[in-house]
Amino acid sequence: MNTGKSHTMYPSTSGTSVVGLVYDGGVMLAADSLGSYGSLARFRDVKRLFKVTDKAALACSGDIADYQFIREVIEQKVRDDVCGGYTRELNAGALHCWLTRVLYNRRSRFDPLWLECVVAGYKDDEPFLGYVDKIGTAFEAKEVATGFGLHFAVPMIREAREKKQNLSCDEARKLLTECLKVLYYRDCRAHFKYQLADITPEGVTIHDDLNLKKETNWEVANYISGYE
Amino acid sequence: MALEMMMSGPDYMRDPRKHQFSPYANNGGTSVAIAGDDFVMIASDTRLSRGFNIFSREQDKVFPLTPKTMMASSGCWADVLTLNKVLQARLTMYSHEHHDMMSTTAVAQLLSTMLYWRRFFPYYVSNILAGIDEEGKGVVYHYDPVGHMEKLTFSATGESVSQIQPLLDNQIGGLNMLGVKPPTMTKDLARQLIHDAFVSAAERDINTGDGIIIHTITKDGKTEETVKLRRD
Amino acid sequence: MMEVVDNSYPGFQFSNFARNENLVAKGFPMPNSRKTGTTIAGIVFKDGVVLGADTRATEGDIIADKNCSKIHYLQPNMYCCGAGTAADLEMTTQLMASQLELHRLNTGRQVPVVAANRMLKQMLFRYQGYIGAALVLGGVDKHDSHIYSIHPHGSTDRLPYTTMGSGSLAAMSVFESRWKPNMELEEAKQLVRDAIAGGVFNDLGSGSNIDLCIITKDGATMIRPYDVANVKGQRQGKYEYKRGTTEVLSTTVRPIQIVAETVKKVTVEEMDTA
Repeated sequence: MNTGKSHTMYPSTSGTSVVGLVYDGGVMLAADSLGSYGSLARFRDVKRLFKVTDKAALACSGDIADYQFIREVIEQKVRDDVCGGYTRELNAGALHCWLTRVLYNRRSRFDPLWLECVVAGYKDDEPFLGYVDKIGTAFEAKEVATGFGLHFAVPMIREAREKKQNLSCDEARKLLTECLKVLYYRDCRAHFKYQLADITPEGVTIHDDLNLKKETNWEVANYISGYE
Repeated sequence: MALEMMMSGPDYMRDPRKHQFSPYANNGGTSVAIAGDDFVMIASDTRLSRGFNIFSREQDKVFPLTPKTMMASSGCWADVLTLNKVLQARLTMYSHEHHDMMSTTAVAQLLSTMLYWRRFFPYYVSNILAGIDEEGKGVVYHYDPVGHMEKLTFSATGESVSQIQPLLDNQIGGLNMLGVKPPTMTKDLARQLIHDAFVSAAERDINTGDGIIIHTITKDGKTEETVKLRRD
Repeated sequence: MMEVVDNSYPGFQFSNFARNENLVAKGFPMPNSRKTGTTIAGIVFKDGVVLGADTRATEGDIIADKNCSKIHYLQPNMYCCGAGTAADLEMTTQLMASQLELHRLNTGRQVPVVAANRMLKQMLFRYQGYIGAALVLGGVDKHDSHIYSIHPHGSTDRLPYTTMGSGSLAAMSVFESRWKPNMELEEAKQLVRDAIAGGVFNDLGSGSNIDLCIITKDGATMIRPYDVANVKGQRQGKYEYKRGTTEVLSTTVRPIQIVAETVKKVTVEEMDTA
């Protein structure tokens, strides 16, 4: 049996969680900018969230090299679409669907792209938020997260929605930074520097170089002394 | 198991630093279909999960194929999506070629062939196909992941099959009972059995829950109904 | 001659260990023990501690018990939540409860929570993680309010808030964003409820109801259930069978024969009231 190329079978430089949610009037997406090399915090300023078109943004966790590869493929695809002028602008739904095929085909060749992707944006006039992983598992939801975010952030967003169905833009942003904060507290591979994308019918806004450090509170450490 | 061993050898031979790649995942899901004389009902739970995590609480796992057929799939969700996509393409090609929809019987055979095509790298999927046949009768087809096909009047598949199938065998098939005639299937009875089967499965199986979508196909068309289940 | 099993030794019996290893090597599967994929949590608040737990016990993917109790009694001022192997948790906490009670009687005063923590960690360390118990120990003594998390291998942490089990991450997300020092009782109860609910709804290993236990210097109160987070689904049909539905395949009647009759006199022993 073909066991595939071994260099793509495990990640080298990798990124941790991505968190995204749909709010009233748009979709928001956030990811920290740490590139980990095993347990080494190797690169502190790795961008792993980007604007695809005015209707779509993509963020990935997993292997950074695989992310940069897929990003280049997508950017070339978008340029071809624009130059050709024969197709509509690539929207989030189409990008999500295309990614499922690419990732599924790679897994079937036993040469996977080691990624968990979150696609955010618009599909026609409806907000869209979707997930695809390295074997082609794909779904849409109102809240999506990868890696540790699935364990920490998704419960937080679902709880917030239980109290209030529709979140405003401000509430969504506050909730998303709260999620990143908890991830920074509890995920060893997370970082305080992050990127955030806000996608509305007007287009994609990417906020680079955001920082959580001032919002974190380590006072609780003072309550812990010794182990007994 | 055998596939895992072939890919990696025994665990002590593996490099502990390398991630183990598996092309499959189990994303749960349970489906039930019951056929009547002039209708068929096909239902699935709406929970999409992996490990102990819930991906989605509202994932319909029943796919429309033709105006007279539907397919419920569960197992490895990546394979479910792919199988469905390829099947949809084949049906579209057929309809363009023949200016007509494929019959339920033909769709059933096509699905079996498509599954067997991947005999040595299977779609990790449990399928049930439900539809109205050429005589206007409800039919259910049950498949194993590599294309074995069986024509039935009722069937369950997926994560909670071991809980639901015995109930259906008893209540519809009239099995293991003395002096009890199997009932004539009505829409009300089918709906009630599907509802109760899923309610019971949600009580005891951690992978089944959140909701059910029940689809009904008759000669006049399709209807669907959503029922809530416990969410824990 | 075969050695007769001697039950007078304290501790575990290992006489079948080599045989079982041999059977496993030959492909005979070991029986599975019941694991509780769980959400348990504990926090310190102004007047004491609040412990919380879900009530689902699982055997693989099947729910074995929909309303099991995971908050175990240790002392009037001390309770312990457990996640892991159900039998290990039950026996370990029972053993600790009796050991602590003996300690209390010996010393003639309330047992401090550190003592329970010490005894638990020493026992778990001795068994090298083979006793699959992950615990959240909570209690109030004359010194302070305490929450400890104790891992199966015997490491412990004293923390103001902690969670354990498969739903620990969901529960911790609640604590990390909302816990603060010196909370009032009602606020603390609500926080622990929300943490456990996070596990119940987002972790498939946890579910059913939410139990709480509040311990202050005035004593402990178990609230079981504190919240019925999930209502049992209602069936629409009636599934009753007429008498005789199950087919009788064959009948054999065997009369009971009285072989002998003996009557023994029981002498009543006086109770020792000295």
